[in-house]
Amino acid sequence: MQTVLTQPHLRRMMAGSFLLFVVFVAVWQWAPGWFGIPHFIIPPASLVWDEFLRMLAKDKLIFHTGITAMQVAVGFLLGALLGIFAGFVLGMSPTTEFVLSPYILALQIAPKVAFAPLFIIWFGYTVYPKILVCILIVFFPVMINVLGAVRAIDPDIVRLARSFTANRFQVFWKIEFPAALPPLFAGLRIAATLAVIGVVVGELVGGNTGLGYLLTFGEGAGNTAMVFVAIILLTLIGIVLYAIVVLIENRVLHYLPARSRTAV
Amino acid sequence: MIAKPDTARLEFRQVTKRFANPRQGGVVVAVEDVTFSIADGEVVSLIGPSGCGKSTLLNMGSGLDPATEGQVFVDGELVTKPNRHVAFMLQKDLLLPWRTIRENVELGLEIQGTAAAQRRETALALLAKCRLSDFVEHYPHQLSGGMRQRAALARTLAVDPVVLLMDEPFSALDAQTKMVLQQDLGRTLADTRKTALFITHDLVEAIALSDRILVMSHRPGRIIEEIPVEIPGRDNPMTRRQDPKVGVYVKRLMDLLHVEQAAA
Ligand SMILES: Nc1ncnc2c1ncn2[C@@H]1O[C@H](COP(=O)(O)OP(=O)(O)O)[C@@H](O)[C@H]1O
Ligand SMILES: [Mg+2]
Repeated sequence: MQTVLTQPHLRRMMAGSFLLFVVFVAVWQWAPGWFGIPHFIIPPASLVWDEFLRMLAKDKLIFHTGITAMQVAVGFLLGALLGIFAGFVLGMSPTTEFVLSPYILALQIAPKVAFAPLFIIWFGYTVYPKILVCILIVFFPVMINVLGAVRAIDPDIVRLARSFTANRFQVFWKIEFPAALPPLFAGLRIAATLAVIGVVVGELVGGNTGLGYLLTFGEGAGNTAMVFVAIILLTLIGIVLYAIVVLIENRVLHYLPARSRTAV
Repeated sequence: MIAKPDTARLEFRQVTKRFANPRQGGVVVAVEDVTFSIADGEVVSLIGPSGCGKSTLLNMGSGLDPATEGQVFVDGELVTKPNRHVAFMLQKDLLLPWRTIRENVELGLEIQGTAAAQRRETALALLAKCRLSDFVEHYPHQLSGGMRQRAALARTLAVDPVVLLMDEPFSALDAQTKMVLQQDLGRTLADTRKTALFITHDLVEAIALSDRILVMSHRPGRIIEEIPVEIPGRDNPMTRRQDPKVGVYVKRLMDLLHVEQAAA
């Protein structure tokens, strides 16, 4: 990494990214005024910043952000673990997959966010409905990718291991598990972008905590800047989660040729 | 592995293999009534038209697939499951992309529970013999096809098998690389006094590398001829393939395989 950052073309790319960001904020600040767009439609950057500071002081913004982030983290972790587990089990047992496939398909097609009101009926205005929706959303991309990876393993590699007298656990630990890691991380990246959605929908439907709650509160109060602040913070939570996944991925999959890894 | 004296290292006794095949009316007889044995330190090639059951024989020898009728013995012991006396090598190198070359060579030893230090020592010694000392900590994708196949040979030899089973190991390589690897293999087999069953469709390769050639018929595969190769210098395939007698053997094999009729 260190050596990569010193390369001149990469520095230029970073400078380009930063410049683009400055231009973006500038346009956000002044363009609405030029086109006569009122502040309650698009509040300029400075107004959103002021609102952010006000919410920090008055609206327990850190508390609400923390709650949402915690739910995202827990939901993502549990959903990913469950997806990994189910992916391996179904990948190794075609019979189980065949028997369960109609239910899995149905559950995958069902819009997961529609479960939010149901979970609230079951668990009330607690953190659990939000975490559950998150788990449900995260589960599928992870499971599908692991399942596909296990199926795609060259049977001759498994036979090679077995010819060395490998037992079932050794085949899993030395072949199937490491072979499934690249698709697993691809699934985790997708899941990371979806995890926030699960939690926010839960918060929008009910309760009085989290950024989703602030979002509906801002809407009700006609406070567009507040809605902007909530959206930006939600995006940041997603970006942090995604970055963590990519960071771990780069450490675990260090053996892959550099060109097969991407920035996004 | 200490081999017992006076027994054949690999022996097939009246082996028949049938596959269930619903489309072709029930069963396919892949090989029928195959009997042969390979003595200690002997290298025997198996040639025959494609689909005649060569790979099927090799799989039964490795203990991965059972014979329908008859028995296979390795070192005098009936083969019923994969065992430490045999190791196989295929056309595909089957190197694991997440392991370095050294770790790949250690795979069999790791599965068999050898201590890490000893594994490492064995792997490094074999990689030196296979002229891969400069690449021990490289990953497979960083090596050429010929180097990868040499690493696969080192992995096969690492478990110190009594019998090596090789299924067209060089058929995916270009002509020159192939000759270099044949030379490596010829030397290594002579140095280590290993017993080997070598499948190939390259007639000159069979002549250059082996003590004896078994010729198989079309499906159902039977052994139709056994040809001892009476050319000196099996440990040096490079000069052996230039021997004037090679042409005579090639002609004989072509007749047996009906190569000319097929071309006419
Ligand atoms: N697992 C299997 N199921 C059904 N038929 C098989 C199977 N493996 C091999 N066969 C059949 O057995 C015959 C011999 O195959 P194989 O041993 O791979 O031939 P070779 O290696 O000589 O080219 C072929 O006709 C092939 O279709
Ligand atoms: Mg074959």
